[in-house]
Amino acid sequence: MNTIPAEYYLILSAILFSLGILGVLLRRNALVVFMSLELMFNAGNLAFITFARMYQTISAQVVVFFVMTVAAAEVAIGLALMVEIFRTKRSIDIDQMNSLKG
Amino acid sequence: MLIVFIVLAFVAVGTAVSMLVTRNAIYSALFLVLNFGTVAILYLILGAPFIALSQITVYAGSVVVLFLFVIMLLGAEKLPGGEPLRWQRFLAFPLVILLVADFAVNINRLGGTLALIDLPPRGYGEPVEIGKVLFTQYALPFEITAIILLVAVVGAIVLARPQQAGVSRRDLYKRDTQERK
Repeated sequence: MNTIPAEYYLILSAILFSLGILGVLLRRNALVVFMSLELMFNAGNLAFITFARMYQTISAQVVVFFVMTVAAAEVAIGLALMVEIFRTKRSIDIDQMNSLKG
Repeated sequence: MLIVFIVLAFVAVGTAVSMLVTRNAIYSALFLVLNFGTVAILYLILGAPFIALSQITVYAGSVVVLFLFVIMLLGAEKLPGGEPLRWQRFLAFPLVILLVADFAVNINRLGGTLALIDLPPRGYGEPVEIGKVLFTQYALPFEITAIILLVAVVGAIVLARPQQAGVSRRDLYKRDTQERK
Protein backbone atom coordinates (compact mmCIF):
# COMPACT_ATOMS: atom_id res chain seq x y z
CA MET A 1 0.00 0.00 0.00
CA ASN A 2 2.23 2.74 -1.24
CA THR A 3 -0.26 5.28 -2.52
CA ILE A 4 -2.47 7.82 -0.81
CA PRO A 5 -5.54 9.29 -2.49
CA ALA A 6 -5.12 13.02 -3.03
CA GLU A 7 -8.49 13.60 -1.37
CA TYR A 8 -7.00 12.70 2.00
CA TYR A 9 -4.59 15.59 1.81
CA LEU A 10 -7.36 17.94 0.77
CA ILE A 11 -9.55 16.74 3.63
CA LEU A 12 -6.72 17.32 6.10
CA SER A 13 -6.15 20.76 4.64
CA ALA A 14 -9.86 21.58 4.94
CA ILE A 15 -9.93 20.41 8.56
CA LEU A 16 -6.91 22.52 9.49
CA PHE A 17 -8.40 25.54 7.72
CA SER A 18 -11.70 25.15 9.57
CA LEU A 19 -9.89 24.87 12.89
CA GLY A 20 -8.04 28.08 12.06
CA ILE A 21 -11.30 29.86 11.33
CA LEU A 22 -12.75 28.53 14.58
CA GLY A 23 -9.75 29.98 16.42
CA VAL A 24 -10.15 33.39 14.78
CA LEU A 25 -13.84 33.47 15.65
CA LEU A 26 -13.68 32.18 19.20
CA ARG A 27 -10.48 33.24 20.92
CA ARG A 28 -10.10 36.63 22.55
CA ASN A 29 -6.33 36.67 22.85
CA ALA A 30 -5.10 38.57 19.80
CA LEU A 31 -1.88 36.53 19.69
CA VAL A 32 -3.78 33.25 19.48
CA VAL A 33 -5.92 34.75 16.73
CA PHE A 34 -2.69 35.47 14.88
CA MET A 35 -1.52 31.89 15.36
CA SER A 36 -4.83 30.66 13.96
CA LEU A 37 -4.18 32.81 10.91
CA GLU A 38 -0.85 31.06 10.48
CA LEU A 39 -2.66 27.73 10.73
CA MET A 40 -4.93 28.79 7.88
CA PHE A 41 -1.94 29.84 5.76
CA ASN A 42 -0.48 26.44 6.44
CA ALA A 43 -3.63 24.62 5.37
CA GLY A 44 -3.71 26.58 2.13
CA ASN A 45 -0.07 25.75 1.49
CA LEU A 46 -0.77 22.06 2.05
CA ALA A 47 -3.50 22.13 -0.61
CA PHE A 48 -1.11 23.95 -2.97
CA ILE A 49 1.61 21.34 -2.50
CA THR A 50 -0.90 18.53 -3.00
CA PHE A 51 -2.01 19.96 -6.32
CA ALA A 52 1.61 20.56 -7.29
CA ARG A 53 2.28 16.87 -6.76
CA MET A 54 -0.89 15.83 -8.57
CA TYR A 55 -0.18 17.84 -11.71
CA GLN A 56 3.60 17.36 -11.51
CA THR A 57 4.20 21.10 -11.69
CA ILE A 58 6.85 22.99 -9.78
CA SER A 59 5.15 26.42 -10.03
CA ALA A 60 2.81 25.73 -7.12
CA GLN A 61 5.80 25.12 -4.86
CA VAL A 62 7.19 28.51 -5.88
CA VAL A 63 3.83 30.08 -5.03
CA VAL A 64 3.97 28.44 -1.60
CA PHE A 65 7.40 29.96 -1.12
CA PHE A 66 5.96 33.42 -1.87
CA VAL A 67 3.08 32.81 0.52
CA MET A 68 5.61 31.99 3.23
CA THR A 69 7.59 35.19 2.71
CA VAL A 70 4.47 37.33 2.73
CA ALA A 71 3.26 35.55 5.87
CA ALA A 72 6.58 36.29 7.58
CA ALA A 73 6.25 39.98 6.66
CA GLU A 74 2.67 39.98 7.92
CA VAL A 75 3.72 38.48 11.25
CA ALA A 76 6.44 41.10 11.72
CA ILE A 77 4.01 43.97 11.13
CA GLY A 78 1.19 42.36 13.10
CA LEU A 79 3.28 41.73 16.16
CA ALA A 80 4.66 45.29 16.05
CA LEU A 81 1.06 46.53 15.99
CA MET A 82 0.25 44.22 18.87
CA VAL A 83 3.08 45.65 20.97
CA GLU A 84 1.88 49.16 20.19
CA ILE A 85 -1.73 48.30 21.14
CA PHE A 86 -0.48 46.77 24.37
CA ARG A 87 1.36 49.99 25.18
CA THR A 88 -1.75 52.13 24.95
CA LYS A 89 -4.39 49.67 26.15
CA ARG A 90 -2.38 47.53 28.61
CA SER A 91 -4.10 44.46 27.18
CA ILE A 92 -4.36 42.46 23.98
CA ASP A 93 -7.91 41.35 24.57
CA ILE A 94 -9.78 41.76 21.30
CA ASP A 95 -12.99 42.71 23.08
CA GLN A 96 -11.28 45.80 24.47
CA MET A 97 -10.13 47.11 21.12
CA ASN A 98 -13.39 48.93 20.55
CA SER A 99 -12.34 52.54 20.10
CA LEU A 100 -10.46 54.39 17.43
CA LYS A 101 -8.10 57.27 18.34
CA GLY A 102 -6.12 55.14 20.83
CA MET B 1 2.84 5.15 3.69
CA LEU B 2 -0.87 5.40 4.39
CA ILE B 3 -0.13 4.62 8.02
CA VAL B 4 2.48 7.38 8.17
CA PHE B 5 0.00 9.78 6.65
CA ILE B 6 -2.76 8.85 9.08
CA VAL B 7 -0.49 9.22 12.11
CA LEU B 8 0.77 12.58 10.89
CA ALA B 9 -2.74 13.77 10.12
CA PHE B 10 -3.92 12.86 13.61
CA VAL B 11 -0.95 14.65 15.17
CA ALA B 12 -1.56 17.73 13.02
CA VAL B 13 -5.26 17.92 13.85
CA GLY B 14 -4.63 17.14 17.52
CA THR B 15 -2.02 19.86 17.90
CA ALA B 16 -4.25 22.33 16.08
CA VAL B 17 -7.16 21.55 18.41
CA SER B 18 -5.02 21.80 21.53
CA MET B 19 -3.56 25.07 20.23
CA LEU B 20 -7.09 26.46 20.17
CA VAL B 21 -8.23 24.96 23.44
CA THR B 22 -5.32 25.71 25.75
CA ARG B 23 -5.62 28.88 27.78
CA ASN B 24 -1.91 29.66 27.94
CA ALA B 25 -0.60 31.47 24.86
CA ILE B 26 2.88 29.98 25.25
CA TYR B 27 1.49 26.46 25.06
CA SER B 28 -0.42 27.55 21.97
CA ALA B 29 2.81 28.69 20.33
CA LEU B 30 4.55 25.42 21.18
CA PHE B 31 1.67 23.34 19.81
CA LEU B 32 1.93 25.47 16.68
CA VAL B 33 5.59 24.44 16.30
CA LEU B 34 4.59 20.79 16.47
CA ASN B 35 1.85 21.36 13.92
CA PHE B 36 4.28 23.06 11.53
CA GLY B 37 6.71 20.19 11.99
CA THR B 38 4.16 17.53 11.08
CA VAL B 39 2.99 19.50 8.07
CA ALA B 40 6.63 19.81 7.00
CA ILE B 41 6.93 16.02 7.06
CA LEU B 42 3.80 15.83 4.92
CA TYR B 43 5.50 18.17 2.46
CA LEU B 44 8.44 15.78 2.38
CA ILE B 45 6.12 12.88 1.55
CA LEU B 46 4.55 15.01 -1.17
CA GLY B 47 7.94 15.57 -2.79
CA ALA B 48 8.65 19.13 -1.72
CA PRO B 49 11.87 18.95 0.34
CA PHE B 50 12.79 22.57 -0.29
CA ILE B 51 9.40 23.82 0.90
CA ALA B 52 9.51 21.45 3.87
CA LEU B 53 12.82 22.79 5.07
CA SER B 54 11.90 26.41 4.49
CA GLN B 55 8.70 25.70 6.41
CA ILE B 56 10.80 24.57 9.35
CA THR B 57 13.23 27.50 9.19
CA VAL B 58 10.71 30.24 8.43
CA TYR B 59 7.65 29.13 10.38
CA ALA B 60 8.85 26.88 13.16
CA GLY B 61 12.08 28.85 13.42
CA SER B 62 11.53 32.54 13.07
CA VAL B 63 7.79 33.16 13.15
CA VAL B 64 7.09 31.15 16.28
CA VAL B 65 10.18 32.53 18.01
CA LEU B 66 8.85 35.99 17.22
CA PHE B 67 5.52 34.97 18.75
CA LEU B 68 7.21 33.65 21.87
CA PHE B 69 9.28 36.83 22.21
CA VAL B 70 6.20 39.01 22.01
CA ILE B 71 4.21 36.84 24.42
CA MET B 72 7.00 36.99 26.99
CA LEU B 73 7.64 40.68 26.36
CA LEU B 74 4.02 41.57 26.98
CA GLY B 75 3.50 39.05 29.74
CA ALA B 76 0.30 38.10 27.99
CA GLU B 77 0.22 34.37 28.61
CA LYS B 78 -3.21 34.49 30.11
CA LEU B 79 -5.95 37.00 29.75
CA PRO B 80 -7.80 37.99 32.87
CA GLY B 81 -11.54 37.49 32.84
CA GLY B 82 -13.79 34.68 31.89
CA GLU B 83 -15.41 33.19 28.89
CA PRO B 84 -15.85 34.76 25.51
CA LEU B 85 -19.27 36.12 24.70
CA ARG B 86 -21.89 33.43 24.39
CA TRP B 87 -23.54 34.67 21.22
CA GLN B 88 -20.21 34.52 19.44
CA ARG B 89 -20.06 30.80 20.12
CA PHE B 90 -23.58 30.24 18.96
CA LEU B 91 -22.79 32.13 15.79
CA ALA B 92 -19.32 30.69 15.18
CA PHE B 93 -20.10 26.98 15.36
CA PRO B 94 -22.94 26.97 12.79
CA LEU B 95 -20.86 29.11 10.44
CA VAL B 96 -17.87 26.76 10.69
CA ILE B 97 -20.12 23.72 10.25
CA LEU B 98 -21.49 25.38 7.12
CA LEU B 99 -17.94 25.85 5.84
CA VAL B 100 -17.02 22.25 6.61
CA ALA B 101 -20.13 21.05 4.80
CA ASP B 102 -19.09 23.16 1.83
CA PHE B 103 -15.63 21.63 1.82
CA ALA B 104 -17.09 18.14 2.19
CA VAL B 105 -19.48 18.57 -0.73
CA ASN B 106 -16.76 19.91 -2.98
CA ILE B 107 -14.18 17.27 -2.11
CA ASN B 108 -16.84 14.59 -2.44
CA ARG B 109 -17.73 15.92 -5.88
CA LEU B 110 -14.06 15.73 -6.89
CA GLY B 111 -13.76 12.28 -5.35
CA GLY B 112 -12.44 9.63 -7.70
CA THR B 113 -11.30 12.12 -10.30
CA LEU B 114 -8.19 12.97 -8.32
CA ALA B 115 -4.99 11.03 -8.68
CA LEU B 116 -3.43 8.61 -6.25
CA ILE B 117 -0.26 10.06 -4.82
CA ASP B 118 2.68 7.70 -4.64
CA LEU B 119 6.34 8.30 -3.97
CA PRO B 120 7.57 11.34 -5.89
CA PRO B 121 9.82 10.72 -8.92
CA ARG B 122 13.50 11.17 -8.33
CA GLY B 123 14.65 14.78 -8.48
CA TYR B 124 11.15 16.24 -8.26
CA GLY B 125 11.01 19.38 -6.12
CA GLU B 126 14.73 19.62 -5.65
CA PRO B 127 16.11 23.04 -4.71
CA VAL B 128 17.84 23.18 -8.10
CA GLU B 129 14.57 22.85 -9.97
CA ILE B 130 12.78 25.35 -7.75
CA GLY B 131 15.66 27.79 -8.19
CA LYS B 132 15.44 27.49 -11.95
CA VAL B 133 11.74 28.31 -11.99
CA LEU B 134 12.07 30.97 -9.29
CA PHE B 135 14.78 32.96 -11.02
CA THR B 136 13.44 32.74 -14.57
CA GLN B 137 9.68 32.55 -14.71
CA TYR B 138 9.07 34.18 -11.35
CA ALA B 139 11.97 36.64 -11.21
CA LEU B 140 9.77 39.73 -10.94
CA PRO B 141 7.53 38.42 -8.12
CA PHE B 142 10.71 37.35 -6.35
CA GLU B 143 12.04 40.92 -6.44
CA ILE B 144 8.67 42.22 -5.29
CA THR B 145 8.71 39.95 -2.25
CA ALA B 146 12.14 41.37 -1.43
CA ILE B 147 10.62 44.87 -1.40
CA ILE B 148 7.65 43.65 0.66
CA LEU B 149 10.01 42.23 3.27
CA LEU B 150 12.02 45.47 3.35
CA VAL B 151 8.86 47.55 3.80
CA ALA B 152 7.60 45.19 6.50
CA VAL B 153 10.82 45.40 8.47
CA VAL B 154 10.98 49.20 8.21
CA GLY B 155 7.31 49.39 9.21
CA ALA B 156 7.85 47.13 12.21
CA ILE B 157 10.76 49.28 13.38
CA VAL B 158 8.74 52.48 12.98
CA LEU B 159 5.78 51.00 14.86
CA ALA B 160 7.76 49.50 17.72
CA ARG B 161 10.23 52.36 18.11
CA PRO B 162 10.72 53.52 21.69
CA GLN B 163 8.89 56.76 22.22
CA GLN B 164 10.59 60.00 23.18
CA ALA B 165 11.32 60.39 26.85
CA GLY B 166 8.21 61.28 28.78
CA VAL B 167 6.14 62.21 25.76
CA SER B 168 3.81 59.60 24.38
CA ARG B 169 2.21 59.85 20.99
CA ARG B 170 -1.15 60.14 22.71
CA ASP B 171 -0.08 63.25 24.62
CA LEU B 172 1.26 64.78 21.43
CA TYR B 173 -2.09 64.12 19.80
CA LYS B 174 -3.99 65.66 22.72
CA ARG B 175 -1.77 68.75 22.68
CA ASP B 176 -2.32 69.07 18.96
CA THR B 177 -6.09 68.99 19.23
CA GLN B 178 -6.08 71.44 22.12
CA GLU B 179 -3.96 73.88 20.18
CA ARG B 180 -6.34 73.64 17.28
CA LYS B 181 -9.21 74.60 19.55
